[in-house]
Amino acid sequence: MSPSELSPGAPPPTHANTINEQQHGIWVKITQGPGLVSVLAVFVALVLGGLLIAATDAKVATTAGYLFSRPSDFFSALWAAGTDSYVSLFQGSIYNSRQGFAPFLETLTVSTPLICAGLGVALAFRAGLFNIGAQGQIIIGSIMAAYAGFAWHLPFGLHLLVVIFMGVIGGAVWGGLVGLLKARTGAHEVILTIMFNYVALYFLDFLLNTKAFQRPGETNPISPILDPSAVFPALPGSRLHLGFVMAIGLTILVAWILNRSTIGFEFRAVGANPAAARTAGVNVARSTILVMAIAGALAGAAGVAQVAGTEQVLTAGIAASLGFDAITVALLGRSTPWGTFFAGLLFGAFRAGAVTMQISTGTPIDIVLVVQSLIVLFIAAPPLVRAMFGLNRKSKNKPPKTPKHAAPAPAAPASQGGGA
Amino acid sequence: MKLELQGISKAFGSFYANEDIDLVVEAGQIHCLLGENGAGKSTLMNVLYGLYEPTAGRILVDGKPVVFRGPGDAMAAGIGMVHQHFMLVPVFTVAENVALGAEATKAGGILDLEVTRKKIREISDKYGFDVDPDAVVEDLPVGVQQRVEIIKALVRNAEVLILDEPTAVLTPQETDELLDIMRQLKSNGTSIVFISHKLREVKAVSDVITVIRRGRVVGDAPPEAETTELASMMVGREVKLTMDKEPANPGEATFKVKNLSVISSTGQRVVDDLSFEIHRGEILAIAGVQGNGQTELTEAILGIQDRVTGSITLEGKELLGRSVKQVLGSGIGFVPEDRTVDGLVPEFTIAENLVLDLYDKAPFAKGISMRPAEVKKNAESRVAEFDVRTPSAENLASSLSGGNQQKVVMARELSRPLRLFIASQPTRGVDVGSIEFLHRRIVEERDGGTPVMIVSTELDEVLQLADRIAVLYKGRLIGIVGADTPRDVLGLMMAGVSPSEAEVSQQDNPDDMEGDFA
Repeated sequence: MSPSELSPGAPPPTHANTINEQQHGIWVKITQGPGLVSVLAVFVALVLGGLLIAATDAKVATTAGYLFSRPSDFFSALWAAGTDSYVSLFQGSIYNSRQGFAPFLETLTVSTPLICAGLGVALAFRAGLFNIGAQGQIIIGSIMAAYAGFAWHLPFGLHLLVVIFMGVIGGAVWGGLVGLLKARTGAHEVILTIMFNYVALYFLDFLLNTKAFQRPGETNPISPILDPSAVFPALPGSRLHLGFVMAIGLTILVAWILNRSTIGFEFRAVGANPAAARTAGVNVARSTILVMAIAGALAGAAGVAQVAGTEQVLTAGIAASLGFDAITVALLGRSTPWGTFFAGLLFGAFRAGAVTMQISTGTPIDIVLVVQSLIVLFIAAPPLVRAMFGLNRKSKNKPPKTPKHAAPAPAAPASQGGGA
Repeated sequence: MKLELQGISKAFGSFYANEDIDLVVEAGQIHCLLGENGAGKSTLMNVLYGLYEPTAGRILVDGKPVVFRGPGDAMAAGIGMVHQHFMLVPVFTVAENVALGAEATKAGGILDLEVTRKKIREISDKYGFDVDPDAVVEDLPVGVQQRVEIIKALVRNAEVLILDEPTAVLTPQETDELLDIMRQLKSNGTSIVFISHKLREVKAVSDVITVIRRGRVVGDAPPEAETTELASMMVGREVKLTMDKEPANPGEATFKVKNLSVISSTGQRVVDDLSFEIHRGEILAIAGVQGNGQTELTEAILGIQDRVTGSITLEGKELLGRSVKQVLGSGIGFVPEDRTVDGLVPEFTIAENLVLDLYDKAPFAKGISMRPAEVKKNAESRVAEFDVRTPSAENLASSLSGGNQQKVVMARELSRPLRLFIASQPTRGVDVGSIEFLHRRIVEERDGGTPVMIVSTELDEVLQLADRIAVLYKGRLIGIVGADTPRDVLGLMMAGVSPSEAEVSQQDNPDDMEGDFA
């Protein structure tokens, strides 16, 4: 977040950039750029979301009718509409006087699978892979974990461990297959993961109509409830379960893998410069398979958190849109483990608070999706956010080191990189 | 046409790539800009060509101030530029390439290439370019492609021609032909701005030499100036241009390549039945113009080429078919030719780059857990030993200059006991001061009894380092000759002439190119 990272004017390379290098630079900026952009993106998205809420508010519309005779009415209505929604969003996700901190526990519950799957996406980002397959990996993990949870009857303690293990393995296989196909055939991981998502989704639909998975005596596609021994113990009086502790543990694990382990060193090297990694003896194919398997395992853990924590049954909608939200979470977290953790919490808070917001102010839940999408939009276009806040200009107006030129230099064009 | 630059400055953020540069290019002169890589020569020319807007200063053509908003304006004012990397469409013919951007059309907007063909023939005849307007560019040798670039500028009536490092991609013979062309253009009144860091060529052809260092003009020098004088102006301190090294003391031949062939991904035989040996304690230099199989040869040794036949043995053990990790593990130090692509991860710290191929070995790792303290300790001692100029080993590798980046790669590869050391283009894009240091380290490794293989396209470097020289041409070994072979003979060999014929033809034309390089 130092000014130098934001400065647009590093000396350009003497040779013309190849298109690949440029694309790589953009990729790194979007997935691993400075955290300040994330903070600003959230801020701008919230403001725009607030304006959107206000624009659909009845009172704002009425007061706009006599805007010029009494503008104060309009602006106070505008402010009220925007802030009321966010206040109730806060009350529904963090704290309110009636329930105390109970909403915050709900936020933690909702964010658990987001954090786990987000870590998987972030890890793949760092290795240069765009893993869109968290959705499919969560589904396969859920299927395996749920089956182990309701079909097998094991002793207390062991049962939960087996459920976790099965879910993680399910995700790892589903992710690892993508890695294997990419490494062996050169297929692009984006196409592969999208297709694997479909396969997983419809496979789940199919399974829920088979005898092995459908709850006896039920015509709806829903599985039996998991054994009590197979689910995470929950905090009394809330839905918060031990899965959140697992999410914290996984965050620490991913941080260790990336920063302290040899395989993480390989992942990062392959992500940043595969040619140099190969020349240095890194087995790029093995690295690709491994990183996708671990990413899948993390998404699988998100599936476990769903079936063995929050839902306790397997349904067709078990993964909801978690796998796609995970991409957003990883982007917002700049692909760092702890960044992803806190981004997961934020999105969990949006989800948890949205219900309260709709009930108390009538603002539709969908507005949260709009805000989420806006966040991603601003992160995907870092120069846009920087331009909004004048960060580009600020670094340009810094006085040169040698104040030899008395005459002020004519303003340089905003972008001059890559012009060579 | 007289071209003047007055007080040109170009800043990127707070960094000045050019600062207060004055330059006058008189009509019909070859004006050389001499400076190390990164001195700001290319930036200055990009300002002149309208690609960058100067932060301060002005450009005058025949005494009148002009403002170039883009290359189009510069071309219209009579300035042409031949970039270091050609801007040609490979699948187009010469005529199509020349017409591109200023196409002559018949009624109804139909392309009229005949006009262009005629112009190309005129220019080609006038200067003896020998360029067929209907040849497809990708089939042409690099030297001819360069002439196409020059024709492109001349067709657009360029009166000032900027040549940016034009000899980097040429054989010594092609270089001589280019220097001749430059003299002819000059006698026809065209001014030339010649950008180079090769002292020999600069002295051979220039009328005026302007030396640039760190974005500023250091001074002008006449072409008669001593080479060492020019070099020290360029670097800013005394430099030694010649290496004093002890004669080699070769031991047994431990590295053997037999009947090695490599087929490229496009199905071409890029290395063709190569056999040679390297002894302990000697440096074998692989000479040749870029793109004659050197890259594929080193990649085949390292194990990253797929379709390889033949045999590569080190101390009796076959290397072919092994993974890169196994090859490096068998005691090979490998410096790839393009450090930013294959040698470094620019987004990693210097410390991380210093263990890029050692990260999973003791003492840097225990199991799969890395030991940052050891990585840091290693970095500090290597940075000190190789004099890497950086405030901290925790800085990113991308923050280093080319020379210092190369020192990092060399430091890493020389930091363990070696059985073979391979360095491709060990000093490409490296400042003169660092070259001296890197060459000394290579010779030290040789003196320690390691067989050393150097791949270089710079004849100067080959002659300085080599104990024996192997010349590659189109993937074939033209011959292995001693280090005392005259450079003209090597030049002919690099163009595919066998050593015996090269010797003979050299004796027939004793003054063939001595005149240029004297």
